Amino acid sequence: MHQRTTRSATAAALFALALSACGGSGEQEDNPAEEVAADATAADGFEITDPWIKAVTQDEGMTGVFGEITNSSQSELTVVAAEADGADMVQLHEGTLEGADASMSEMEGGFVVPAGGSYPLEPGGDHIMLMELTRDLAAGDELTVTVEFEDGSTTTFDAAIRPYTGANEDYGDMEGDGTGDMEDMDEGHGDGSGTGEDGGGSDDGYGDE
Amino acid sequence: MAAPEPDDARGGRMSRRGLLLGGAAGLGAAGIGAAGATAAHRLVGGADPAPGSESAPPHGGRTVPFHGRRQAGVETPPQAHATFVALDLNEDADADAVRRLMVILSDNAARLTQGAPSLTDTEPELAEVPARLTTTFGFGRGLVERVDPDAVPEWLGPLPKFDRDDLRPEWGGGDLLVQVCADDPVTVSHAVRMMVRDARPFGRPRWSQSGFRRSYGSQPDGTTMRNLMGQVDGTVNPKPGTEDFDHLVWGGNGPDWMAGGTSVVLRRIATDLDTWDEIDRPAREAVVGRRLDNGAPLTGENEHDEVDLAATGPDGLTVIPSFAHVRRARTGDPDERIFRRGYNYDLRDGTGGEAGLLFASYQADPLRQFVPIQRRLDELDLLNEWVTAVGSAVFAVPPGCEEGGYVGATLLEG
Repeated sequence: MHQRTTRSATAAALFALALSACGGSGEQEDNPAEEVAADATAADGFEITDPWIKAVTQDEGMTGVFGEITNSSQSELTVVAAEADGADMVQLHEGTLEGADASMSEMEGGFVVPAGGSYPLEPGGDHIMLMELTRDLAAGDELTVTVEFEDGSTTTFDAAIRPYTGANEDYGDMEGDGTGDMEDMDEGHGDGSGTGEDGGGSDDGYGDE
Repeated sequence: MAAPEPDDARGGRMSRRGLLLGGAAGLGAAGIGAAGATAAHRLVGGADPAPGSESAPPHGGRTVPFHGRRQAGVETPPQAHATFVALDLNEDADADAVRRLMVILSDNAARLTQGAPSLTDTEPELAEVPARLTTTFGFGRGLVERVDPDAVPEWLGPLPKFDRDDLRPEWGGGDLLVQVCADDPVTVSHAVRMMVRDARPFGRPRWSQSGFRRSYGSQPDGTTMRNLMGQVDGTVNPKPGTEDFDHLVWGGNGPDWMAGGTSVVLRRIATDLDTWDEIDRPAREAVVGRRLDNGAPLTGENEHDEVDLAATGPDGLTVIPSFAHVRRARTGDPDERIFRRGYNYDLRDGTGGEAGLLFASYQADPLRQFVPIQRRLDELDLLNEWVTAVGSAVFAVPPGCEEGGYVGATLLEG
């Protein structure tokens, strides 16, 4: 995984000084403690382990981002928004279970990650939802996701796109329901054999040209 | 214990076993020389358990590195269980699709072999026992052609026809081979499932063949396997780590992308155990030219004694008959040798079914090495009365990859 952090101009200038002072070989994290304390943002404490996205075609319209968020800072952080290239709408969703049916809805208040704690994003649970896709997300590629925190700081990570036949939530009465995408997501990911001749190899949901 | 223990557990265990067996001498008795050589390497880095300490940790925690210049699963001392799966690529899978497929499968392998779940593992608990899991990838002619027709090694494709073969299409061909080996069959099953499942957008299984050896720990490491005919099978085998091995297995003159790679020929050899039952022990030994009790040549005492093809008996005839397998399998050209790493299979269910040997042969160049041997056996080998090749497939085994890389990058990005 690869992670970049966006900071204030002041912090960036301080980092530049700190880096040049120590030969320029250090990571941002090696920055002297007082500067971190002075300018720490939520983005500084954010990390996500093993981020991945379920591969989908543009026609399928939406997909989820998963992984384990950790917060290495001394204070709570809250993910309040996200965006990603290839998705015109991105929401933070929470999953709930009714019987064996997972359903999901937009999360109030974002993902709150306790200081020193972790917050799993997983199929059937909370996740970042990519919607209104503008292109296929092909298995084996990566996608850069940007997350924004309560304090306005942001960071990005690259998520691996993987084939996955789970994560087929029932989207209830959410907007966008009229497209029929819901049924496709429930039925269309098996082995591709159920989609008929016109399905072929490229209709099984993973964007092979 | 769930967590893998890469080196301490293995080193410790190997060390102690090495001592029990008299060290290198004991290990050297390995016909599958891999066990000896690799165990010796590991002895260097491993820590001995304190004398009188508790029994060794479960072997399920042992791991084999995935990353490296060469793919694991060739030199690796053979694990107890293996599944070979061949996939056919979808018609619309282009070079970029192959790249993405190999990125995913390599990532799966990197995680699973170290006892970690795959990225999207739906049964992560099954990944907790690596048990020396290796996954080895091989490219069929179809895959390489699709990526770059000019990059196909000349030997990559079906072997020439042999008269004795009775090949069934369902056991041949395939664009991508995934060879999965481990000392635990559940581990193999799970790894195969993760691989095949994640390959689904790109292709579908063409065939899958599973085999077994003695279970882990049932015999000293390095013991030459026995096939289901009861024969010690694989006594004459190049030893990993030797110049001889490097030359025969890794020393190909293929295209650049294959530097550090090799080839695998997988032959499914059906064995007629019912008619084999009609053969008494002296005749069984004559068929092969080796003793059944310890695999020694009929002209020697111990398994690794050199075969004396010229020795004659009181009747004036050669002790090793003209039709004997050991005589026929030698061509006289030292380059015409291969490294074998076979597994038994047994699908008999009381009403029929088949048993035999998955003969996995590794060599730098199948046409130069495997084919001349097989030609001789095809012409004459009394063993042919009971064994028949019913499947045959050839794959290029590309070099390994480093962390963050993927197997096949040399072809796809070269």
